[in-house]
Amino acid sequence: MIEMHWVVIVILLPLTGAVVCFLWPRQTVVSGLITAVGLFASVLGLTWQVLEQGALRYAVGGWGAPLGIDLYVDGLSLLMLIVTAVVGLAISVYSSAYFRLDRAKHFWPLWLFLWAALNALFLSADIFNIYVTLELMGLAAVALVALSGGANALTAAMRYLLVSLLGSLFYLMGVALLYHSYGSVDIAILSQRVESSPAVWVAIGLMVAGLLLKTALFPLHFWLPPAHSSAPAPVSALLSALVVKASFYILLRLWLEVFPLTNTVPGQFALGQFGLAQILGLLGAAAVLWGGIQALRQTRLKLLVAYSTVLQIGYLFLAFPLASIIGWKAALYLLLAHAVAKTAMFMAAGNILFYGGHDRIADLDRVAQRLPLTLSAFGLAGISLMGLPPSGGFIAKWLLLEAAIRSGQWWWGLMLIVGGLLTGAYVFKVIGYAFTRSDLPHEPGFVPKRMEWVALVMALLAIVLGLFAPLPLALLEIGSPFGESLR
Amino acid sequence: MNWDTWLPLLIVLSSLLVALVIFVLPEDRSKTRTTLNLGGAALKIVLVGIMVWGVFNGHHYETRLPLLPGLDLVLRADALSMLFVALSAGLWMLTTVYAVGYLEDSPHRSRFFGFFSLCVTATVGVALAGNLITFLLFYELLTLATYPLIVHRGTEAARKAGRTYLIYTLAGGALLLLATIWLYTLTGTLEFTARGFLSTLDSSHHPVLVIIFVLLITGLGVKAAIFPLHGWLPQAMVAPAPVSALLHAVAVVKAGAFGIIRVVYDVFGIEFSASLGVTLPLAIVAAVTIIYASMRALFQDDLKRRLAFSTVSQVSYIILGIAIVGPMATIGGMVHLVHQGVMKITLFFCAGNLAETLGIHKISEMNGVGRRMPWTMAAFTIGAFGMIGAPPLAGFISKWYLGLGALEAGQDWVIFVLAGSSLLNAGYFLPILYVSWFKEPAGSWPAERCFGRYETALALLAPPVITAILALTLGLLASAPFSPLEWARFITTLEYAP
Repeated sequence: MIEMHWVVIVILLPLTGAVVCFLWPRQTVVSGLITAVGLFASVLGLTWQVLEQGALRYAVGGWGAPLGIDLYVDGLSLLMLIVTAVVGLAISVYSSAYFRLDRAKHFWPLWLFLWAALNALFLSADIFNIYVTLELMGLAAVALVALSGGANALTAAMRYLLVSLLGSLFYLMGVALLYHSYGSVDIAILSQRVESSPAVWVAIGLMVAGLLLKTALFPLHFWLPPAHSSAPAPVSALLSALVVKASFYILLRLWLEVFPLTNTVPGQFALGQFGLAQILGLLGAAAVLWGGIQALRQTRLKLLVAYSTVLQIGYLFLAFPLASIIGWKAALYLLLAHAVAKTAMFMAAGNILFYGGHDRIADLDRVAQRLPLTLSAFGLAGISLMGLPPSGGFIAKWLLLEAAIRSGQWWWGLMLIVGGLLTGAYVFKVIGYAFTRSDLPHEPGFVPKRMEWVALVMALLAIVLGLFAPLPLALLEIGSPFGESLR
Repeated sequence: MNWDTWLPLLIVLSSLLVALVIFVLPEDRSKTRTTLNLGGAALKIVLVGIMVWGVFNGHHYETRLPLLPGLDLVLRADALSMLFVALSAGLWMLTTVYAVGYLEDSPHRSRFFGFFSLCVTATVGVALAGNLITFLLFYELLTLATYPLIVHRGTEAARKAGRTYLIYTLAGGALLLLATIWLYTLTGTLEFTARGFLSTLDSSHHPVLVIIFVLLITGLGVKAAIFPLHGWLPQAMVAPAPVSALLHAVAVVKAGAFGIIRVVYDVFGIEFSASLGVTLPLAIVAAVTIIYASMRALFQDDLKRRLAFSTVSQVSYIILGIAIVGPMATIGGMVHLVHQGVMKITLFFCAGNLAETLGIHKISEMNGVGRRMPWTMAAFTIGAFGMIGAPPLAGFISKWYLGLGALEAGQDWVIFVLAGSSLLNAGYFLPILYVSWFKEPAGSWPAERCFGRYETALALLAPPVITAILALTLGLLASAPFSPLEWARFITTLEYAP
């Protein structure tokens, strides 16, 4: 049997799709959907391959590191690819009904291009390729934010562009410093060579700062709420679910493989990384509080959902000070659950906006009662974000709490509880309005059934993730990405 | 893959699937909806019947599904869970009949009955949970399923009640989660085991265990409405009558009380709890709740509010029975779980009938109502006397065993609590009975509706009459085989070391 090069296919397929969509704008929706389905299937194929053979290293064109480009897939990158494929398919289906043709012909090429960049990013085995894909992803994302037009969207997109460029620039300077010192950008090679030196410390500082800016960790989150809330609904969904996660993934990858500096005298560097972990945890905790309180204060639905992303990103960073396998797994499960649930939530918000023409929370009752499927989607996604059982969010919260208590740092766990309560408060603030009666007249817009069902399916998926946790958790073990890096 | 491993799951699914189908059912398909509801309820009763019989004959029913590495979702039938499952399955049937009659022609019935079934699913799940994480899962599901029922009417008051309910229960749930995980990191297991699984832990962990105990009981005490965590319950009475009935008799309040039973007996073990010194404070809190809530009930003119405070007081009898360490008191507490449910559901059904038929919400409007609605008020009277603890009604049995248990354990002060509470119960129930039977009617009722042949619709009248007869029978035939009392004795033999 011919060995299928799924690793390459998952990058080339969306690129080709993007070009096709761009060249034949009339058929753009059809070609886009076909590409999305094909891509989903290819990721399944890759999953199958990795399950059979374990972690894979693929040298593009047969050249191999340090000269050529290497692609690498282990449990961690595979999970990211799967999340992207699942969310990507849902967003594609949703968008096929959401955009009219004049917007669709811009949306599809950009979106498939973004998808290709994401897949390439997760598969890159060296930090320079990661930079390239990161930049591509950022540019596509900025263009997508600007898609809805209007002064608000353009301002938000412009700010997003500057932040994105600045973040990548910081990251690139870190890459340059490392390359200068050790003559390689390959992650595996670097992880053996890097040792503690001022240059490395500066590099780490620059890279972490750049990535935090792109991940929108408090207090660098300022650009996220306007960008995510002024974009069209499917774009908001993919920004919150995928794009901010990509830079988190890079940070995690570096943290686990490059930063531990195995050649150093033990203790000296451990202290540095410990301190950095504590700072990241503190910022995460602050993000949980700030995001939660801001979400509660919002009067517009999409802004509320955007601030909820700020809070959830804070959760992810609570795993750093815990530094245990359970903690990392918990963070990644949270990433998975949040991606799915937040997609559902932005889609639900999009439907409400579509139907009622506005997203003022206090006037939602007129809309929400007439869209039961959408409201269910919002509620179910909310359950997962709150971390109530049974849901993917609950599993993640349980594991993270367990890791916190086991490591004796229960205060990080406390932040999870507080975050859960804040989330409960803002989710039910919205849902409460759905039960009040209001018969005020208004002109409903037509919401295609497809958009309602996709939102609901994603929300149900977030719930179902609470019942089938052992499977994805076992997937993460492939190639033991967290294995050697433990203190 | 056999019957024994699937029966617990089937019992949960019998209402879960009904709920899911009802959600997608169009609003006007009321016949289909009613058939589904009653069919699901009947199926559940049959399955529970089979299970009770099996457990009594030593069968072992257990469904186990992997939830997390090292942690399973466990649904298991043991003697204690059967007590609660049987109660909820039986009363669900009656409440469904009642709710169908009560909500005839009102809007949003699909939503209502969907969540109604979900609520029972959660309750049955709580009852069958074989470990603490499964319990937690269904306990939180119960919170979520009840919220839409409380705010069902969509008024400003309903939304406010819903908000209060959520603030209390979500905070309680968070404490429970924290305590559960903490416990798990100490022991590596969460399986409910008769006489507990903590007594083998090293004694250096005992101070931590006390903290965990307090966290667990506080988390559960919110739903069990222990003073001072009871604030949500009187507000929640804005919900439609069948919901109040379910809330107060079966679902929410009982889930809390049942959880406390589980924690004390099957997590900590009663003897180990006593050795940690946590049972006496619990007994005192329960006693304070009993007296305080009864006093508050005295001053309520709103009938459902008075009943709500009465619930707060009566549920703490169960907690009191647990916290007095001794087999007799345990029997009293456990049997009251069932008895209180049957009596309180009667009272709420009757209150709903008065509101629905005559528009009566306040006690001051009840003058002479016994002549207009004799059957309803007869049922109410039986329920009320049962609550007071008059022989030969079910409530008397509970109090008798509680009293005996207190004496047996040398906690004589409990007798005064019981006596005082009975006096207060009489103080707030007898005036209701007096005005409704012996006072002249005021002329016209606030909002009278005519239902034809009977004093009210048959679907509304039958359930309270049946539960009232049940309350009488449970008292008269307390020693018959399979009665709750006998079953509670059976459980007690398992929980105390010989």
